[in-house]
Amino acid sequence: MIRTAPDGIKEVTPPLSDADIEALKAGDRVRITGVVYTARDAAHGRLFPLIEKGQPLPIDVRGQIIYYTGPSPARPGDIVGSIGPTTGGRMDKFTPALLKLGLKATMGKGARSRLVRDALKQCKAVYFGAIGGAGAVLSRFVKTVEIVAYEDLGTEAIRRLEVENFPAMVINDCYGGDLYEDGMKAYAREDTAPSQ
Amino acid sequence: MREIHVSAIADAVKKLCMEANWDLEPDMLRAFDRALRTERSPAGKQVLQILKDNAQMAKTKRIPYCQDTGFVVCFVELGQDVHVTGGGLYDAINAGVSQGYQEGFLRASIVRSPFDRVNTGDNTPAVIHTDVAPGATMKIMVMAKGGGCENRSKYKMLTPADGLEGVKEWIIECVRTAGPDACPPLILGVGVGGTFEKAAILSKKALFRELGSPNPDPALDVLEKELLERANRLGIGPQGYGGDTTAFGIHILTYPCHITSLPVAVTIECHAHRHKEVVL
Ligand code: SF4
Repeated sequence: MIRTAPDGIKEVTPPLSDADIEALKAGDRVRITGVVYTARDAAHGRLFPLIEKGQPLPIDVRGQIIYYTGPSPARPGDIVGSIGPTTGGRMDKFTPALLKLGLKATMGKGARSRLVRDALKQCKAVYFGAIGGAGAVLSRFVKTVEIVAYEDLGTEAIRRLEVENFPAMVINDCYGGDLYEDGMKAYAREDTAPSQ
Repeated sequence: MREIHVSAIADAVKKLCMEANWDLEPDMLRAFDRALRTERSPAGKQVLQILKDNAQMAKTKRIPYCQDTGFVVCFVELGQDVHVTGGGLYDAINAGVSQGYQEGFLRASIVRSPFDRVNTGDNTPAVIHTDVAPGATMKIMVMAKGGGCENRSKYKMLTPADGLEGVKEWIIECVRTAGPDACPPLILGVGVGGTFEKAAILSKKALFRELGSPNPDPALDVLEKELLERANRLGIGPQGYGGDTTAFGIHILTYPCHITSLPVAVTIECHAHRHKEVVL
């Protein structure tokens, strides 16, 4: 579900439908409330062969958000340690297959490949950016944490988070919009074309 | 001959690892404030403010500024009149890393082999560079080097004909390709000259200079300022959302080189620039 709050920020609550995704545009500020699954390199490495063989995954990704993060350990009494995003581009190889299964959003930092951006359009999905390196602040928005798969992977295990008002930006929308490209164009003060 | 026991080294490294991750150095905090005064982009300003808050929260709660608590890169300047007693220097450093990361609730991010990728569980081993220096002290410099930005570090062997202009273009190209992936605002450590490995090591070592301080070599200082100005005209901005603060600093170290070569290594560092040092 998507609702625009009085302050103009879009409130995002999974599960997300195609219509929800259509309401999100690159550059939108969002707050996410509800369930988000964590997975990064090693977990994707295990999910991918299952998808290729058509076997069930340990989580149902339909309508869901995957957050690319590997939290630091919680201090006693804390819910979680630092929990900011990792680079999304390293998951590019796996993302289109997950989007085909109905995953509606991924969240990380950094640019995605052309293939992923095309898959966002085809499958109606978005890529959110969380603030890289703001892991201490972001931990405040996490209310529960539970490991749901691959506990042996430590920080790279798949975790089910319940988050409340978790802040993010829409980087890539389902229309081909790209905040990184737009932002750079708006502020560039010299020719930014690559030199070769 | 002065004796330093390995336990003093391990204790020092443990403390440096924890404090580097919880407590950003004042040079970084000043960089946020400077950028907040000049950044035009509202989204960029907001990111900078959140990062400042993040530093404050990490410090007060003693939790890591970033969940990627890094690969420990350790430069040791070992006085030649120092005798390390009670064990090996490198074992002591790694013991300090192991204790610091486990007791400090820092993330274990190191795998024992690039191929089987099994986590070592305590963030060991460190990458250690040792220089022998005159004197009877031991300086230990520790950096918790993030992986996302490290992955955007680059090396290029230019030719003498490429010259200074070629070096400048290459450094700007490195900022451009690091882009939003490396968590800008960035800091660039640049090593020019020497051999392949010398340039790379210099590019790491360059990052230990205090951010905002001038390069002791006036010509390099002018070059650094010119490059920083150019990097910040690219428009990438904080987190790549667009803006004027793409880099906080560009630090250059040079070394003599062969008549055929012009090696340039660029270590990309993010705003989670966690570095601490101590002299024993
Ligand atoms: S690049 Fe730096 S700030 Fe970003 S996630 Fe890695 S260590 Fe943290």
